[in-house]
Amino acid sequence: MNLLEINNLYKSFGGLGAVINFNILIQSQELIGLIGPNGAGKTTVFNLITGVYKPDKGQIIFNGKNIAGMAPYNICKKGVARTFQNIRLFKDLSVIDNVKIAFHKDVSYSLASTIIRLPAFFQGEKNIEEKALEYLRIFKLDTKRDEIASNLPYGEQRRLEIARALATQPTMLILDEPAAGMNPQETRELMELIKWIRQDFNLSILLIEHDMSLVMGVCERIYVLDYGQLIAEGLPEEIRNNKKVIEAYLGEEVGKC
Amino acid sequence: MQEKKNKSWLSFLLEVIVLVALFTLVQYALTVGLINQSYQINLVTMCINIILAVSLNLINGFTGQLSLGHAGFMAVGAYVSVILTNFMEMPFIIGILGGCIAAGIAGFIIGVPTLRLKGDYLAIATLAFGEIIRVVLQNIDYVNGPAGIVGITKLTSWPWLYWTAIITILVIVNLMNSSYGRAIISIREDEVASELMGINTTKYKVLAFIIGAMFAGLAGVMYAHYFYIIKPDTFSFLRSFDMVVMVVLGGLGSTTGAVIAAIFITFLTFGLQKYAAMRMVIYSLILIIVMIYRPQGLMGSKELSRKTFSRIWSGKK
Ligand SMILES: Nc1ncnc2c1ncn2[C@@H]1O[C@H](COP(=O)(O)OP(=O)(O)OP(=O)(O)O)[C@@H](O)[C@H]1O
Ligand SMILES: [Mg+2]
Repeated sequence: MNLLEINNLYKSFGGLGAVINFNILIQSQELIGLIGPNGAGKTTVFNLITGVYKPDKGQIIFNGKNIAGMAPYNICKKGVARTFQNIRLFKDLSVIDNVKIAFHKDVSYSLASTIIRLPAFFQGEKNIEEKALEYLRIFKLDTKRDEIASNLPYGEQRRLEIARALATQPTMLILDEPAAGMNPQETRELMELIKWIRQDFNLSILLIEHDMSLVMGVCERIYVLDYGQLIAEGLPEEIRNNKKVIEAYLGEEVGKC
Repeated sequence: MQEKKNKSWLSFLLEVIVLVALFTLVQYALTVGLINQSYQINLVTMCINIILAVSLNLINGFTGQLSLGHAGFMAVGAYVSVILTNFMEMPFIIGILGGCIAAGIAGFIIGVPTLRLKGDYLAIATLAFGEIIRVVLQNIDYVNGPAGIVGITKLTSWPWLYWTAIITILVIVNLMNSSYGRAIISIREDEVASELMGINTTKYKVLAFIIGAMFAGLAGVMYAHYFYIIKPDTFSFLRSFDMVVMVVLGGLGSTTGAVIAAIFITFLTFGLQKYAAMRMVIYSLILIIVMIYRPQGLMGSKELSRKTFSRIWSGKK
């Protein structure tokens, strides 16, 4: 089944096209990479999918519905969750509260039962706490549940951001450079984690990554953007040997792996 | 588990006892005349300031939306309640509810268009709103324009003040310690991330604004029915500024801090009565000093809670 289908997506900033007639087709449970040199428009594509920016033109069909131009919180409720290139946690809140916020969209108790503390409130809070802990356990963050998010080491902050995104129970997870700033060991662990998440949570993953070994290692298909335009798409081996891609990257990174 | 439950019941009971004891103590002192007139006024002002600071803190501190129009909501509450009680001769409780609801509606009407604005722009828009309320009141003959309403029946008593202040604190504390509260705080932390976690940030900003405005209205009701007279100028920008000082001093996002700062500012104002002209200078100085040495305010975003006490009790840090 087509989970995400983007047709002729266009977005410009001050007259300069950042994303030009972009197309993509993702099936459910696929693991897809989006690569391209700096400034190619990758993050802009993510911002368009998640509603942070409104597209100038084009369709974004998710689960059969056109979500182009919808408010971000509604897109999230439809089942798209993401992480950010430069981590955006709720910095001053505890690790567990970061995850708990993701459950708010399905909150089971009313504002009135909150204020007068009816049993529904206590029951609801207990459920939220248990669910949040489950996600923390998966990402080995449960021992740090009460720590302030910004005090975590970098790699753990990245993991917490993924945990928080998954806690919104998406059918599609999009990751913007999840390995940025990680050492090779952490990157390898992350690769395994990403593969495992896709399996275990039954979702599609679309990821942007500069680390070619990670992209080639985990992605089933890859799309390549350059100056806002799609210059190639295909299997990792095809991309590795694609002339246009090699030119865009000046041969360096792709050649290495 | 059972033991834990018993313990939390016990501490709940203890809290109720402390609250009632405090109430009774002051009530007793008032009845036997231990508290003189000027201290009584100080006490009233303190409760009103607590309501104002705690409710403004919901908007400025927890939601992170800088509002400078809190006095405007206070004015709405004050005027509407006086119309109900004095002009229409309805019972005080109707005046209270009417004042709160009217202020809440004003919060909604102001909140919907202005909360799209960010930072400075929102501050200016809310400041303008407060001034508009004042000018509009000056031009309504029904409420005597600039001269204001004189001879308001004194209905505000210690029980009303004390318990409405307690209810204000309870409502805000309960709200903030819930999923709704976390949603509200996430807006302050990172609005974009919050929206992408499925939170309708506009809705919760407006909600915080409405609740904050309702309690400002409540403070206005209490004020009007104690001080005999209300004028449009009573609710000028300077009053909003007072409230912002309390919230910033206490620590943006700490209800405990707001309460402590409200008490502190009340006593400071009381102490400086003779030097009324110097008051604003001293306020400003305090603000500057706090901003330099403790920019997060007295409490930061920390709270005194049951947990804190039990931690101190068991000797852990
Ligand atoms: N909000 C914005 N306003 C103006 N220009 C923008 C905005 N967002 C992105 N751009 C421009 O759009 C282009 C694409 O940016 P984008 O962030 O999508 O690139 P990217 O492929 O993610 O790059 P990187 O690998 O460096 O993260 C860039 O030229 C950038 O300057
Ligand atoms: Mg980017």
